[in-house]
Amino acid sequence: MKRNVAIIGGGQTYHAARRHDVNQVEMTNEAIRRALDDAQMRIDEIDAVLVSNMEFFEGTHMTDCWMADGSGAYGKPGIKITTGGTVGATTVCVGAHYVASGLFDNVLCVAFEKQEEGDTGAILSSVAHPLWGRSLAGAAVGYFAMMGSSYMAAWGAKEEHSAMVAVKARQNARKNKYAHLKLDITIEDALNSRMLAWPIRMLDMCPASNGACAMILADEKTAKDRCKKPVWIRAMETAHNEQFELDWRDVKTKRPIFSKVCASRIYKKLGVSDPAKYFDVFEVYEPATWAELVWYEDLGLCKPGEGFKLIEKGMTNIDGPIPVNPSGGVLSTNCIGASAMLRVWEAALQIRGDAGGHQVPKDVNRALTTAYGGTNWAVMTALSKTLD
Amino acid sequence: MTKDKAYEPFEVDQRMVAHSNYWAGEMGSRFYITLRDKKKILGVRCTKCNKTFWPPRTTCVFCFSKLDELVEIGPYGTLETFTLVTYSEPVHPRKAPFVYGIVKLDGADTGMAHFIDEVDFNKVHIGMRVKPVFAKEKKGNILDIQYFKPI
Repeated sequence: MKRNVAIIGGGQTYHAARRHDVNQVEMTNEAIRRALDDAQMRIDEIDAVLVSNMEFFEGTHMTDCWMADGSGAYGKPGIKITTGGTVGATTVCVGAHYVASGLFDNVLCVAFEKQEEGDTGAILSSVAHPLWGRSLAGAAVGYFAMMGSSYMAAWGAKEEHSAMVAVKARQNARKNKYAHLKLDITIEDALNSRMLAWPIRMLDMCPASNGACAMILADEKTAKDRCKKPVWIRAMETAHNEQFELDWRDVKTKRPIFSKVCASRIYKKLGVSDPAKYFDVFEVYEPATWAELVWYEDLGLCKPGEGFKLIEKGMTNIDGPIPVNPSGGVLSTNCIGASAMLRVWEAALQIRGDAGGHQVPKDVNRALTTAYGGTNWAVMTALSKTLD
Repeated sequence: MTKDKAYEPFEVDQRMVAHSNYWAGEMGSRFYITLRDKKKILGVRCTKCNKTFWPPRTTCVFCFSKLDELVEIGPYGTLETFTLVTYSEPVHPRKAPFVYGIVKLDGADTGMAHFIDEVDFNKVHIGMRVKPVFAKEKKGNILDIQYFKPI
């Protein structure tokens, strides 16, 4: 990067299915004030504000305009970003470009979703291709269900393996005071939960959450002058394929798939040969259990077809050698517009040692985060404690 | 963690109906008119990549070549993956239970998402051979292929 970029502060709301006490702007403002407090910065020191959420999920557009009071964007440069489920990570990515370019020193990145206020199912159908996919579109469950059935058929994994992911996520969430679904569940509970679309059960899916996240990015000089624990953004990468209705791939495909392409490019930038050893913690975007197992393989944490063995052996547990989603992940909290930013913020907290109850019990120097969007698009962000 | 607030939360209800018309373009128009009038399914070929795509489009997603070679694909195909949907939501195109899957039509290199009907839920499987059932009343969208069923 042209200039080094650090995360010098951040904040999140608590996440819940109902937030009747606040409107969208007030809820988002909670995260922004926490981020400013965390960075010990005043809003007038912020040079640019980037605002993001899922396009139209609350039945609204141009949130950047009508939120200019609570977002702190009034009179400042900035843009609205809408890239589907990846949007929170895209916003960090754009913010890092703003700072790295030298045009801005302090950038506030804001992401939110107040899912209870919109018609998520109906709006999600508008994500489908208008000519080819819309007439068949349901909610997001179908895509992940077909991913799960394909995964099981290809590798011989069982429903128990997805249940293990479901349990890990919710047990981790119980350690995270901000998480939404803090469920004390067992593998049996997951396997006995209501079937939605085989092989996806209720506990295999994320909740619909309300919540927000905000982060402040700064240049190296500001970071070193102002921040005791800056977390450095070392690399970012994105890759697209077409949407799944037009571009299905089974897990064994040899085609260049967005997630694998994205991972190989970010590893090349950083000189990573063994990601499971290079990174100390991962925060991946897993709206469904099967997605986490596929991420293990696409990220190269194991060989193709062995993702389910990682969860079986407890390798990705909070105290395992390759901790994945100690925060509880998207499976426990999905305020969609903010979910991808939460991955980055949670990874930053791990590096700072400030994750609290869900801090992984080892030194964390490097972290990798992923995001999904729309549905065949990935954004990845690599963070580190030092600039070495 | 919810704080006790000194006010009663108030909700404002808003409702919106939005209707859209999408022109299908060069390839889409040919596809939908051929489907409607001849009950044939078209894909498009990229000779450079040696791939046949559904849906037909004017640019190859891999090499950016301009495409104009429409070819008939299917009508038989193979189920690449599927799910049995057992919950209902207002947004779903039909009532549960139903099977939704990806069909790779013979001659195509990409799959098509669609419904699989007239199928025993216990026998549906990846690799199952299927054929389309065309709608009697044409709607002018992809549901002119009403569904696929086992051969």
